[in-house]
Amino acid sequence: MPEEKLYRVALREALGEEMERDDTVYLIGEDIGKFGGAYRVTDGLLDKFGAERVVDAPIAEEVIVGTAIGSAMLGLRPVVEMMTINFSLVAYDQIVNNAAKIRYMFGGEANVPLVIRMPGGAGHQLSAQHSHSLEVLYGLIPGLLVVAPTTPEDAKGMLKSAIRTNNPVMFLESMSLYNVRGMVPDGDYTTPLGQAAVRRKGADLTIVGVSRMAVLANEAAKQLEEEDIDVEVIDLRSIRPIDWPPIVESVNRTTRCMVVEEGWATYGVTAEIAAGVQERCFDYLDAPIRRLGGAQVPMPYSLPLEKASIPTSEDIKRMARKVVGRKTDA
Amino acid sequence: MTAGPFALSKNKDVQERHSVLQADGTIATGAQPRMEEEFLLEALRWMMKSRLYDTRVISLQRQGQFGVFSPGMGQEASIVGSAMALDPTRDWIVPQYRELMATVHHGLPLEIITAQYLGKIGPARIPDGVRVLPTQVSIAAQLPQATGLAWGLRLRGEDAVVMAYIGEGGSSEGDFHEALNLAGVTKSPIVFFLQNNQWAISTSRRVQSATASFAFRAAGYGFPGVQVDGNDVMAVYDVAVAAVERARKGEGPTLIESVTYRMSFHNTTDNPSRYEDPKEHEEARTRDPIERVQKYLTGLGLWDKKREAALTEELTQENEAALQLAFAAPAPVPADVFANVYDHPPQRVVQQEAELLDGRRD
Ligand SMILES: Cc1ncc(C[n+]2csc(CCOP(=O)(O)OP(=O)(O)O)c2C)c(N)n1
Ligand SMILES: [Mg+2]
Repeated sequence: MPEEKLYRVALREALGEEMERDDTVYLIGEDIGKFGGAYRVTDGLLDKFGAERVVDAPIAEEVIVGTAIGSAMLGLRPVVEMMTINFSLVAYDQIVNNAAKIRYMFGGEANVPLVIRMPGGAGHQLSAQHSHSLEVLYGLIPGLLVVAPTTPEDAKGMLKSAIRTNNPVMFLESMSLYNVRGMVPDGDYTTPLGQAAVRRKGADLTIVGVSRMAVLANEAAKQLEEEDIDVEVIDLRSIRPIDWPPIVESVNRTTRCMVVEEGWATYGVTAEIAAGVQERCFDYLDAPIRRLGGAQVPMPYSLPLEKASIPTSEDIKRMARKVVGRKTDA
Repeated sequence: MTAGPFALSKNKDVQERHSVLQADGTIATGAQPRMEEEFLLEALRWMMKSRLYDTRVISLQRQGQFGVFSPGMGQEASIVGSAMALDPTRDWIVPQYRELMATVHHGLPLEIITAQYLGKIGPARIPDGVRVLPTQVSIAAQLPQATGLAWGLRLRGEDAVVMAYIGEGGSSEGDFHEALNLAGVTKSPIVFFLQNNQWAISTSRRVQSATASFAFRAAGYGFPGVQVDGNDVMAVYDVAVAAVERARKGEGPTLIESVTYRMSFHNTTDNPSRYEDPKEHEEARTRDPIERVQKYLTGLGLWDKKREAALTEELTQENEAALQLAFAAPAPVPADVFANVYDHPPQRVVQQEAELLDGRRD
């Protein structure tokens, strides 16, 4: 029987089941052993699989990723946990210059079946060096697959796919989604990487949401129903590659499009989506494509300022009304 | 003064742990402490202030009135003894995050650093003339900057030394090694003060490094490394003064490994019972840095329960006054979101800010 589970539990199950299924899969990261990871995703896995497969590493992101790459070239399947995507910047050279390029530079002779799991997002007063989303920094790199699941079902299914693919995958979780509950299918299933999901059908406007913003867009859409605005919500899920067909089909039907991300919209994931929609749907569009992102500042530590810096469902509704030509703040 | 049991430049055996005031409150045989009694009382005052502040702030945090906080409990000798070796009128402190009272000792008013934890902005600004860099989150990133600061001070001809703090966990980052290496090459006037409190969140010191002593690492960068009992304020002060003097004389950096124990937790969201052996914790408790000073001073007739109660009361009032000031300081206003992103923000940025402030319009 499918069961309601927490997002973090769904991830934990994916890790455990894949480790069970394939003994080349191992985990490495900071505080993932007894501590169970900063967000408790790996809780209990040390007891089950031992310290050789659940490896607590020194605080050294670059060597964590670098050693994972080395072992991956040998055929192991490391799953790295970064405490946050922000700290992955310490390992950026290994990821961008190495993990993403090795297959190409080696003429296809070596694969890097590496997964890097990391949460992003603000809202917990973790301040400027610990709160950003930064999806775009990986989205722009050929050679990487970049995904951001938003439901427990996807979290589990996509993590399994990520572990099984031979390409390096940036698996972007969200701090604010770990406690979200949702139905998770029974048994061994995978969810393909590289596909967007239509979360809600609608006729007036297409909202494409990135990571947690897809969840907020859904909430906003429910509320907009009362105002007679019928919103279609697409959860991007895959940041690289972008799954254009469902987006294009939707926008051509609704003729209006808006894109939302938690990160900075300038040069952001939303910029890429907006540009692509414009190229593909220009003749159908009845309004300019609008983008919504976080305030373009380093994330403030102050709670009220932090709140003011992250898009809310109110912000989404306000912009949606504009795109469909309704009076705002009615 | 470089004589005594401990002459840094001659100390080859870094595994030797410098000790003066032992856990039982007696002076180690042969030790020649620099700290005189008056000064030791001053150190005790700061250590007690630190612990009282931590205790108070932890309870405020539990009541939802304070930000996430990493206490210095158990590490007071390390925090205070190192800061006391500096001259606040010319030297600099580059903290990690667990050395709050070192920065206060160095002239950063307690109400200001408290205001920072409360999310205040203007009232949390480090006053001009206080030679302390703000704490930051990205572990070890402060060290290359500290080396640059030290090097820059020398280029400017200032007679100043930088005391840069790092945890044993942070010393695994590449930044640590690169910063020490360049400081050695440039002979920069800097002291790397590594607090080995045995833990980095839940990760044991043994996971960070296979070395027997973090102080050994200095050898690889061409300068001395010393190990000190980090719960012994007299010993910490000794090694810190010697290292600061060395740096000031132009002889280059020193790495100090201050061996201590994190008696509370990583921060107020952490629960060490998940990973810490209670026996290890209990054993560490017997090495308390404050109690041993009190014992020693009691033996000299300079301390008793009455004095302890009086000082506790005085420090509690002092801390409370700072907390009140910090709580009363003005909270940020929405426009502060955009303050300080740029010096002289480009016109286009100013315009975008204005648009954003009256409704998101990106
Ligand atoms: C680059 C980076 N990686 C990981 C973290 C998460 N983190 C915060 S504190 C900490 C432990 C630091 O331990 P240590 O340096 O020993 O200092 P202590 O907390 O013991 O004072 C870790 C891993 C971080 N802040 N920055
Ligand atoms: Mg530590």
